[in-house]
Amino acid sequence: MSTRDIVFVALFAALTAALGLFPPVTLPVVGVPITAQSMGVMLAGAIAGATRGGAALALFVLLVCAGLPLMAGGRGGLGIVMGPGGGFVLTWPVAAFVIGFLYERNVRTLTAWKEALILVLGGVVLTYAVGIPWIAAVARVDLVKAAIGSAWFLPGDAVKVVLVVLIARTVRRAYPTLQAR
Amino acid sequence: MIEIRQVGHAFGERVVLRDLTLDLTERRIAVVGGNGSGKSTFARLLNGLLVPSRGHVRVDGLDTRRDGKAVRRKVGFVFQNPDNQIVLPGVAEDLAFGLRNLGLPKDEIARRVDEALHRYDLQALADHPAHLLSGGQKQLLAIAGVLAMAPDIIVLDEPTTLLDLRNKRRIAQAIDALPQRAILVSHDLAFLEGVDRVLVFDEGRVVIDDSPSVALPAYEAMMS
Amino acid sequence: MIPYVPGESPVHRCPPGRKILALVAAGTVLFALPRLDLALAAALLALAATGWLYRVAGIPGRLMLAQLRPLAWILAVLVLVQLALDGWQAGLLVTARLSALVLLAGLVTLTTRSSDLIEALQRGLVWAKPLGANPAKVGLAIALTLRFIPVLAAIAAEVREAQRARGLEGSLVALTVPVVVRMLKMSDDIAAAIDARSYDPDRG
Repeated sequence: MSTRDIVFVALFAALTAALGLFPPVTLPVVGVPITAQSMGVMLAGAIAGATRGGAALALFVLLVCAGLPLMAGGRGGLGIVMGPGGGFVLTWPVAAFVIGFLYERNVRTLTAWKEALILVLGGVVLTYAVGIPWIAAVARVDLVKAAIGSAWFLPGDAVKVVLVVLIARTVRRAYPTLQAR
Repeated sequence: MIEIRQVGHAFGERVVLRDLTLDLTERRIAVVGGNGSGKSTFARLLNGLLVPSRGHVRVDGLDTRRDGKAVRRKVGFVFQNPDNQIVLPGVAEDLAFGLRNLGLPKDEIARRVDEALHRYDLQALADHPAHLLSGGQKQLLAIAGVLAMAPDIIVLDEPTTLLDLRNKRRIAQAIDALPQRAILVSHDLAFLEGVDRVLVFDEGRVVIDDSPSVALPAYEAMMS
Repeated sequence: MIPYVPGESPVHRCPPGRKILALVAAGTVLFALPRLDLALAAALLALAATGWLYRVAGIPGRLMLAQLRPLAWILAVLVLVQLALDGWQAGLLVTARLSALVLLAGLVTLTTRSSDLIEALQRGLVWAKPLGANPAKVGLAIALTLRFIPVLAAIAAEVREAQRARGLEGSLVALTVPVVVRMLKMSDDIAAAIDARSYDPDRG
């Protein structure tokens, strides 16, 4: 990684933290808060690409684990990873990498629909596949209940996907950063 | 001495510097010019942050293309916006950043950090988060961070542009007191009267190269 | 962003790596105990021990409570859920356990300079070297991240003001696009500034 890549990694880790400054909305029953923070995952993949985006989120999670209060609402520490939302948070680096990888693969042929599909795959399907069983294990509820509880976040996720498509397309026009893979 | 030989530079299609040949030896050199005149690009060539598309830049015989790292040790660089230059979160930590990169021993780093904090009245702020400093203090910190590395020459790219008048004066005094040779890119003509030489840039060329008493009035006439 | 309370207490002087390991160990133990009564006793003990450590470190009670404030919401919800499903003991367990862990994590942050924490993380990453991670680069990236968060927050506040003046407030797209574009442009300058101070990415 060049100095510039390191700066990129740090900037997207910081962006993810800064997105957590928007007030979170905590849904009852499951206790997993909805935040703008998971947009950082999608933006890192879509704008910084697979390697830098994945590294940015790995760095973010590492800092949260080290106890820095970077999660939405000023939370941090290993309690986050061990709490109900831990599965989602731990999947973020992989999700950012997958999103970045698919973006780089399709960089010449990206349509808004294709982008949305990539973001849903990496940012929603993948994270839920890990996050739901995790909730079931940590909060001592069965898988179906955990899945139903998590479904409450789907409308929020849909909004985030649309927002990221809009943001990524605009940013890419102003400042192209991705290289084809 | 900095030798600039037949230097031209372009970003893609856009030509920003054309065929410059200069020797820079004076203690204080000012570089002025309108927006887009090429003066910032020129400044970045002097310590190898940019390598020219054509020609050579040599600092005490070291070519910026071949010996970039060695050149950067000799030539310190202060940027316009200290927010983009302060690398570490704390004041003392940031001062130590460049020194650690030089591979200095720990006690030497501590000594130089202390000295820099004293020189710019930042002792009380050593453990302070850098982002809470005022604009003037941030620029002082940026200068201190470069100065602590003890370069032979310091290049400053519009270090006062973003500051209010009082802080402009403070930074101008700090620059004045630098023991090193300095090359100062600036729009604040009032602070340039005491320099030894003024280079006026226009469309990628040096159009005036003279003492401040001649060059500054000519530049003002040119811009009006 | 990261408060640091200077001091000379044993908690301050404890090497940061050991503090992080202690935190990991506490979290693991508190979540691993299978029986409710055992887990509850351990959680209450941990909470009491944490309070004692705050006193040893000389951290004022006000700052200690401030660590819990962001968690209050989630705790309230969790407690209600556990009360409804599992009874008061489970509710107490969840509260005590999370409070203890968050307070402990807060204590590490309050008593460790970020530079020391970063150095410890860097040293801890040596094992990841064969995987292609370069501890020196990770260290720089960590420091830069901490440096950028307040800068980004300031840019966001500034942009939000500008958008409010144009009647675009509340639009996350109108807020994020300028912040990201400015951030990307900034990155060129910052990379140059790091190189200008003789940083060598291939060293170490």
